[in-house]
Amino acid sequence: MTSVLYDVPGPKARRVSLIGSVVGTVLILGLLAWIGMTLAQQGIFEGRRWAIFTRGDVWTLLAYGLGATLTAAALAAVIAFPLGLMFCLLRISLVAWIRIPARVVLEFLRGMPVVLMMLFVLLVFGTSSFVAVVTGLVLYNTAIFAEIIRAGIQSLPKGQREAGLTIGLTSFQSRLLIELPQAVRRMMPSLVAQLVVLLKDTSLGYIVAYGELLRAVQVMADFLGNAFLFPIFFVAAAIYIVINICVSRLAIWIERRGSTKTAGGVAPAPTAVVAPELPEVTERK
Amino acid sequence: MEVILENLPLYWEGLLRTLFLSVVSGIIALVLGTLLAAARVSPVAALRGFSTVYVEILRNTPLTIAFFFAAIVLPRLGVTFQQFEVAAIIALSAYTAAFIAEAVRSGVNSVPLGQAEAARSIGMNFGQVLNLIILPQALRTVIPPLINILIALVKNSSVAGAFFVLELFGYGRQLANANGDQVMAVLLGVAFFYLLLTIPLGILASTVERKVAIAR
Repeated sequence: MTSVLYDVPGPKARRVSLIGSVVGTVLILGLLAWIGMTLAQQGIFEGRRWAIFTRGDVWTLLAYGLGATLTAAALAAVIAFPLGLMFCLLRISLVAWIRIPARVVLEFLRGMPVVLMMLFVLLVFGTSSFVAVVTGLVLYNTAIFAEIIRAGIQSLPKGQREAGLTIGLTSFQSRLLIELPQAVRRMMPSLVAQLVVLLKDTSLGYIVAYGELLRAVQVMADFLGNAFLFPIFFVAAAIYIVINICVSRLAIWIERRGSTKTAGGVAPAPTAVVAPELPEVTERK
Repeated sequence: MEVILENLPLYWEGLLRTLFLSVVSGIIALVLGTLLAAARVSPVAALRGFSTVYVEILRNTPLTIAFFFAAIVLPRLGVTFQQFEVAAIIALSAYTAAFIAEAVRSGVNSVPLGQAEAARSIGMNFGQVLNLIILPQALRTVIPPLINILIALVKNSSVAGAFFVLELFGYGRQLANANGDQVMAVLLGVAFFYLLLTIPLGILASTVERKVAIAR
């Protein structure tokens, strides 16, 4: 990319670019320094405020919150994936009275804010906040998983299904035995990328009072005093970001590894993991 | 059912607020995201680095954390605002910009090399190549993913309802509290109004996808 958009820089251009880099770096560092100074003036960096991290119970509470976050995410993912597979099969069924209702349900779930579904379950069914969070996540991600796998099936070469039908499999057997396994494999990067979204969405549990990581931060800040809100908040944010970056990297790793190993190759991970975006149907590699 | 009809003005108000939040944040995010994408492919290393770090961090941060930051941390930095709407718009646009930057960047990468080479060989410089040749083509291919990001933005704006901003979700919560016996109807009403925004956008996305597709 580098050498295509602009010439290989000569001495003059290199100097300009270097100056640009230096000025840019200074500006960015300046901004960070200003933020740091402003925070420091408010005493954010006093040792006293950060000393709470030497206390074991702070870490215990953080670990407890993190555990709640991961539990909800893992449970939701484990339930949503098979449901997604099932809905995908219903959605592409040859029978119209199965296909159309499935499509309506999926469109409905996809167009809904996750937090609204959580609140709905919490208030209407009077469940615990844990059940509300997991159910909300399951409902939404079922729809997304179904759409991702459907895109995977559609991106398979036609010959796969034709060959399946030719050797005497029924339409459903061909879907289940031939197309679905390939589609799941092909869409693995997108599916893992969706896990990041799922993990991020558990933080919506904060709104329905589920005791996840962010709620743990709030509880500790209320208990220890607002002076400690910043340090705890920053540590919690860092935990989220590190975990999510790791999962994102996993998606990229699977993409690289899978593209050499499988027959059909894998589709690239969607760049915008926020959206229920369907990866483009790539031509056969 | 009655509770929905009785409170129709409130729902309408909420719908307009949600629309307002989404449109303003959407416009800011589009501009910011495109700038970030341009910085990501630029010759200046500092800009590239800044853009990469920004996108990586924001994309992997839960939106709730971004809201927490905008509503609670920013005021401490001396950035004070009269209304929580401003905090909501800052959080939503900063968050969405990262996704838009990634979508635009993958669009830039989808433009065939020959286009950039041809532009370069007739003597265009970096700015011209990007503005006249690459971005117009890239924006076409990224329009459907961009609309999907905007749909997500509309849905994400509901988080603002939990941070003291009254929009569709916020009003819905209020109504649900006020009408404890008809919670289901109230929330289904809220759901209906969200679908009123997201489903047309979804149809638009697939229509545009068919219309602007460039035959290559």
